[in-house]
Amino acid sequence: MQLPDPEILLNDITAKIKALVITDTALVGIHSGGVWIMQRILGTLGNIPHGTLDAALYRDDYAQRGLKNEPKPPNILFDVQGKHIILIDDIFYTGRTTRAAMNELFDYGRPASITLAVLINRGGAELPIAPQIVGAELMLNPNQDLQLSQDIKGKLHLGIKNG
Amino acid sequence: MVNPQLDKNGHLKHLLTIEGLPKNILTQVLDTAETFVGVAERDVKKVPLLRGKTVCNIFFENSTRTRTTFEIAAKRLSADVINLNVGTSSQSKGETILDTVDNLIAMHTDMFVVRHNQSGAAHLIAQHVPDNISVINAGDGRHAHPTQGLLDVFTVRRYKPDMHNLRVALVGDILHSRVARSEIHALTTLGVPEVRVIAPKTLLPAHVEKLGVQVFHDMNEGLKDVDVVMMLRLQSERMSGAMLPSAQEYFKTFGLTPEKLALAKPDAIVMHPGPMNRGVEIDSRVADGKQSVILPQVTYGIAIRMAVMAILAGGNA
Repeated sequence: MQLPDPEILLNDITAKIKALVITDTALVGIHSGGVWIMQRILGTLGNIPHGTLDAALYRDDYAQRGLKNEPKPPNILFDVQGKHIILIDDIFYTGRTTRAAMNELFDYGRPASITLAVLINRGGAELPIAPQIVGAELMLNPNQDLQLSQDIKGKLHLGIKNG
Repeated sequence: MVNPQLDKNGHLKHLLTIEGLPKNILTQVLDTAETFVGVAERDVKKVPLLRGKTVCNIFFENSTRTRTTFEIAAKRLSADVINLNVGTSSQSKGETILDTVDNLIAMHTDMFVVRHNQSGAAHLIAQHVPDNISVINAGDGRHAHPTQGLLDVFTVRRYKPDMHNLRVALVGDILHSRVARSEIHALTTLGVPEVRVIAPKTLLPAHVEKLGVQVFHDMNEGLKDVDVVMMLRLQSERMSGAMLPSAQEYFKTFGLTPEKLALAKPDAIVMHPGPMNRGVEIDSRVADGKQSVILPQVTYGIAIRMAVMAILAGGNA
């Protein structure tokens, strides 16, 4: 399967996000891919209030899977109250990570709005949640594992594994 | 030998003692605690991880501070918490420990936090409970107090991240301290190259040097160039007979004063597990001074206990 070039998708969603940025906008990246993408967007758009989270403490599969071995501490240093938040993730799949991330954000304050931006929507939503800003739509089977990676120069790559 | 604290996949099942815990588990607890440090600074000081779970603090021995920190930790994870002071409850009517535990299991408790003045009490309960229940040792006799040891090591790592390059001194009542052993194990496992103990001969356990520490009986020698000074509390309630001449005499020789602290590195930190005996093991000018991290230890204690509970409670379904 021919995968899209994530660098082109990144330029695309950066342009879409740029059009949305107003005074009270803040960016929040979800670890790990969403944080890489956010850092690149900040590199283009300049300094916008921003933070990171990994939503591990809010996931619905904690009882089955427990905590990850390397949890990343959240880092939300701006005041969430009243902000228009653009939540950034690499791949949108079931919507469960987004649900967990939104719940975590609300524990920091009441945002004015949340917009979800992703590089790829791979289909398979299990919740009434959908990304508003999408680089590309790819319909994948559940046994296909799509992963974003970042090389040492900061360049993004997409890979797929068939399980 | 089977480690009763780990399940068959090598994951933490109970936390009974730091001894025998592999480095990857210690690191997992410390890394997880990092994610909880910020929770208390937010608008909502809670995460939903243990929602619907019941944590029971069974304290066969009084310890208000330890019980409170476990209670806050469990509540910040959204668990329901029951506090049982067994000293004042049915044990005084003759019920055995395991009968007490069985009753609480019948009430669908998911996790026990156990404090007892007898070594091994938490082990006994851990061996007794069914698979889906975890036990945390909150201090048993002179034996272990793993969460205190972990929070101390966490504090060291936060202030002195390069643990492979540290000199740490434990000062005071090593003999009666359940924290000291936990700490020595954790520090050496995490790669601290030099751990010293400084104490009078009467307050050192026999063969203490077998734990891999350097032994000093003189503060002026032992504190020289250390990065971390961990003071221990004089456990007067655990002492019998004349191990010490007097509190004043002890302070003169082993109390941490600004003058003695000046022998350590200029950026050395001072720790104390509390409660402090001011003027006995530590001078108020040191306890309240710039190098003291005694109150941050209390704050980090919540994060460490949250981390331990979160690791134990997950992945059981």
